[in-house]
Amino acid sequence: MYQWDFWFVIDGYDAWWLKGLLTTIAYAVGTVVGGLFLGVICGTLLLMNRVWLTVPIHIYVEIFRCTPVLVQIVWFYFALPIVIDVNLPAWLAAGIGLTLYMGCFATEIFRGGIISIDKGQWQAARAVGMTYFEMMRHIILPQAIRRMVPPFVNQSVIQFKNTALLYVVAVPDLMYTGYLVVAETYRPLEVYSGVAVAYFVMLYPLTQWGKRLEARRDQ
Amino acid sequence: MTSSGTDMAADAKLRLSDLRKDYGDVKAVRGVSLSVKTGQVMAIIGPSGCGKSTLLRCVNLLEEPTSGILEIGNSRIDFADRRGMPAGRALAKFRSQFGMVFQQFDLFQHMTAIQNVMIGMTVVQRKPTEEAEKRAMQLLERVGLLATKDRLPKELSGGQQQRVAIARALAMSPEVLLFDEVTSALDPELVGEVLDVMQDLASEGATMMVVTHEMAFAKDVADWVLFMEDGLVVEEGPPQQVMVDPSNARTKSFLARYHRQ
Repeated sequence: MYQWDFWFVIDGYDAWWLKGLLTTIAYAVGTVVGGLFLGVICGTLLLMNRVWLTVPIHIYVEIFRCTPVLVQIVWFYFALPIVIDVNLPAWLAAGIGLTLYMGCFATEIFRGGIISIDKGQWQAARAVGMTYFEMMRHIILPQAIRRMVPPFVNQSVIQFKNTALLYVVAVPDLMYTGYLVVAETYRPLEVYSGVAVAYFVMLYPLTQWGKRLEARRDQ
Repeated sequence: MTSSGTDMAADAKLRLSDLRKDYGDVKAVRGVSLSVKTGQVMAIIGPSGCGKSTLLRCVNLLEEPTSGILEIGNSRIDFADRRGMPAGRALAKFRSQFGMVFQQFDLFQHMTAIQNVMIGMTVVQRKPTEEAEKRAMQLLERVGLLATKDRLPKELSGGQQQRVAIARALAMSPEVLLFDEVTSALDPELVGEVLDVMQDLASEGATMMVVTHEMAFAKDVADWVLFMEDGLVVEEGPPQQVMVDPSNARTKSFLARYHRQ
């Protein structure tokens, strides 16, 4: 019978763990917020219906949707610095990759939320005499944002978990910290179980919140 | 076509000359000229797809006409001229001269009844909230819905929603009211309450263009009736003439189908 000893993998490594936890949270928050900005910008540009804008954005979105995020992280780490001939630190290359990945989904969520608003709402706003900006601000966005929030929360949960892939390029996140602690202690059972629990504890409230939002939307 | 155009011209509030609207190869409106006098109630009738709704939507530029001339007040727009079509704030301002009521009501779903009536006054006309609220209350009272002023559209019946939509259109003090098949989506027992409100507006002197399938309304309330088919005005005149004793064979057969129902 295996003797579980969690204290063994915490004691003396608490500074590592704290750093790993904060790194994971920083990447999750940073790439979600960055992806949100990117999504709002690209989604808005898509709505302008100009071919020279929509074609490049569609190419971007489809490339990132149709390739594994692990491949993207590795590509941004190894290939991008060579392609653009700039030496990027690992944390930045990986961060750019993850942000772009989030951005492509956020683009679709944003655009989808806007175009899901019934065309009657648009024509009624125009008929009242609103400018495009007034219509967006007072009529379309307040309704669209309500619809965007639940899928955005879901995507953020996925994004949070995807940050674990950073360990392949040696960014000291929670997962990579686990890898290091295993190398020191030879205790993979405790370490990886603990890592899993840590992710769960952080994400469970988020998914529950997402569910609540979805229920409220469907009322 | 009758020659009503000339004697109306003097006090015409709105005038269209040879208005056309194409969607690619489809010619929805193929050259319509008309004028609406102040206080006049013009009913536009005709079979589905005859272009009557498109014509109405061209009047407040929800659709951009392909060519023709539109005159209202001091403004005159020639759509053949590419720069003629207003844009941005000028377009918004142009549209606010009209109040439009739609088939599907199209109330702003995230706003209560009174907010729906107020939003145009506060955002477009920049009226202070208290003033807008006061006027919105008056308008809701006028359509008999003061008691439900704080309900969301989904909590109102179709007839109630449509009456709120009329109040919303009136809130902007429009020059002309446009009604686009406003009773077509209503349960039969709710049609009356909406038509009653429209009849009141007509008797109070509102200028109205009414695209409708309600032949009784056209006959009893309108003082000018246009019969359209294939994007053209086939026959027009006072309701007694067009609806009781039509001279055009197609008007006759259209009305005959209605009477049979």
